[in-house]
Amino acid sequence: MNPITEKIPTSDPGDPGPAAAGLSPFAGKIAGTPPATADRAARDADDAANDGSAREPARAPENHVSLSGVRKSFGNFVAADSVSFGLPKGTLGALLGPSGSGKTTILRMIAGLENPDRGDILIDGARVNDVHPSKRGIGFVFQNYALFRYMTVFDNIAFGLRAQKADRNRIRERVNELLTLTDMNGLEKRYPAQLSGGQRQRVAFARALAPSPRLLLLDEPFAAIDAKVRRELRSWLRAMITKLGITSIFVTHDQDEAIEVADLVIITNRGRVEQTGTPLDLYREPATPFVARFVGESTVLEDYGRLLGFENAPRGAKASVRPEFVHVCPPGDPVQYENSAENAEVLSVAFRGSSLEVKVGLKGFVLTTGYSLEHPALSVGEKVKILVWRVYAFEDDKARLVNNSRLESRGNGYNFAI
Amino acid sequence: MTERRDFRNDKNRLWRIVLIALSFLFIVAMLVLPLAQVLHGALERGFPPFLKAVSDPYAVIALKLTLLITAMTVVLNTFFGISAAWAITRFEFRGKGFLITLIDLPFAVSPVIAGLVFIMTFGRLGWAYPFLQDWGIRIVFAIPGMVLATIFVTFPFVGRELIPVLTARGTDEEEAAILMGAGFFRTFWKVTFPHMRWALLYGVILCTARAMGEFGAVSVVSGHLRGKTNTLPLHIEILFKEYHTLQSFGAATILVCAAILILIARNVVESVSKKDDFHRARQGV
Repeated sequence: MNPITEKIPTSDPGDPGPAAAGLSPFAGKIAGTPPATADRAARDADDAANDGSAREPARAPENHVSLSGVRKSFGNFVAADSVSFGLPKGTLGALLGPSGSGKTTILRMIAGLENPDRGDILIDGARVNDVHPSKRGIGFVFQNYALFRYMTVFDNIAFGLRAQKADRNRIRERVNELLTLTDMNGLEKRYPAQLSGGQRQRVAFARALAPSPRLLLLDEPFAAIDAKVRRELRSWLRAMITKLGITSIFVTHDQDEAIEVADLVIITNRGRVEQTGTPLDLYREPATPFVARFVGESTVLEDYGRLLGFENAPRGAKASVRPEFVHVCPPGDPVQYENSAENAEVLSVAFRGSSLEVKVGLKGFVLTTGYSLEHPALSVGEKVKILVWRVYAFEDDKARLVNNSRLESRGNGYNFAI
Repeated sequence: MTERRDFRNDKNRLWRIVLIALSFLFIVAMLVLPLAQVLHGALERGFPPFLKAVSDPYAVIALKLTLLITAMTVVLNTFFGISAAWAITRFEFRGKGFLITLIDLPFAVSPVIAGLVFIMTFGRLGWAYPFLQDWGIRIVFAIPGMVLATIFVTFPFVGRELIPVLTARGTDEEEAAILMGAGFFRTFWKVTFPHMRWALLYGVILCTARAMGEFGAVSVVSGHLRGKTNTLPLHIEILFKEYHTLQSFGAATILVCAAILILIARNVVESVSKKDDFHRARQGV
């Protein structure tokens, strides 16, 4: 299984496509990935060629880090169970999940700060379970950075090199290199207490990279920073990691963060991996009800068979609906697909910057969707026609994409623009 | 240092004055007056007799012995205290709660019992006596026994100061150091030690004060051999019992002065460390 065979998103001909392109956090991602990917692919090919001669013949991009069947419990609490995934060299992976889902435990096990009860952790194809954390070649950025507060920025960054007994000149050279890389020149004599949150994070990053680790692990790297700076740092970090080509894994509970930054997202829930895939895969083909609910904005519907066009659903079946699956026909416009459009009432209208977020009520459901500012204004209580063109139906512990049957029978070719 | 909000109504004010006055009265009556009495007693006949009492050869030997025992105790207890605090705050293990309770045991047990424990272990009736005899080691009624007894009594001071500090700091920085390839000693000296230095110094000072004044446990194991196993507190007691009031108060003055010096050191350490912390706190760490 190779989770990151970069599926370049080509839209399926029978698929009206994400209608609310402007709303979707993936919109940028679709256009945004390819340059970095091409770059990395070339480097991977290089690496594979170099490694290949020394070891076995090159298999398709080998996983740089992989976990198989890893389990960890603390007393009676199982923090991680049957955790398996792999990450190819040079990629950035995100461990995404709600708090308490085991993601930090997984990260700490890779670093060697926790010992798994069962299962194997491999780095560069070698089992590292019994390798001491100091010998694993891992750079770790802690949630609160854990900078040495009694040392200057310079000494913080130099710490790892000094521990390796590097030559004095080499240390100065390397630290200056990292200060330049992280744009911290001139601040090397400061103490962590004299830095801003963003600067501290960059020092933590530089410190982790100084000893040239094989693998970079980041635990909630943006959690301690205020929202405004967070976005900047996110793209900065992504650019840095791409530039350095270092295999990295970061932990987050924020789906936007994972989606925006990562090549591969590993979704964890209750200690288990729910699904591993590119952000787009997870969004378009959620494998489990949890992923369908967790990724993207969604509303869960009880007994979705009551909706027009979904009459074939089993009784009482649940499904989740994303905002872009719901289309509000602007009042006054001709109604498309008249026979599957439903009458609904506008419950609320909220301004969301580039568009409006509209909540509509029908048959006891409350659906959320986007609505362009260009269309005639909606007022609360107004009757509108809406169309639900697809849902993710939940079947036991699986999620399946179900399209509106009335639309499918009528063929395709329509795009819904809001 | 910080301005308290003032609830300046008459009733509260009255209470405030009464409570403050009571505290002062209590401390003056119970602590300051007796100490002043010691000084007064020592200097009652003027300075020369006082000097003579203080420079009495037995008093000097007792002082030297006290300092020796204190130094050994403090060094050993610093080491054990750091080890215990480290083990308790950095590792998860069975019996941790029990260990924490044990550290506090000397606070609960009477020093006399501590002394008897060592007599029962290493003395003529003790189970370890034959082995010690074989090796020619004397513990009871000799310096080693007195050091052991003092260690027992002063053991909690260092550990008790360090545990809260190490707990509050967490293990992140140490984990970061280890992941960067640092060994145990580098991690300890460069990362952990700077955090605990003030607490450690504070604990050491308290431990010193207690060790210098220790009477009960040491009294049991010393055997009261004048010029050999008499520490200053024991020497004072003997002088007093022999009605050498002046000499007794003279020797006591030495201990009182030492105590005052330690108290000053304690206050300096406290204020400097507070400033240090305050400084860092103000900068947002």
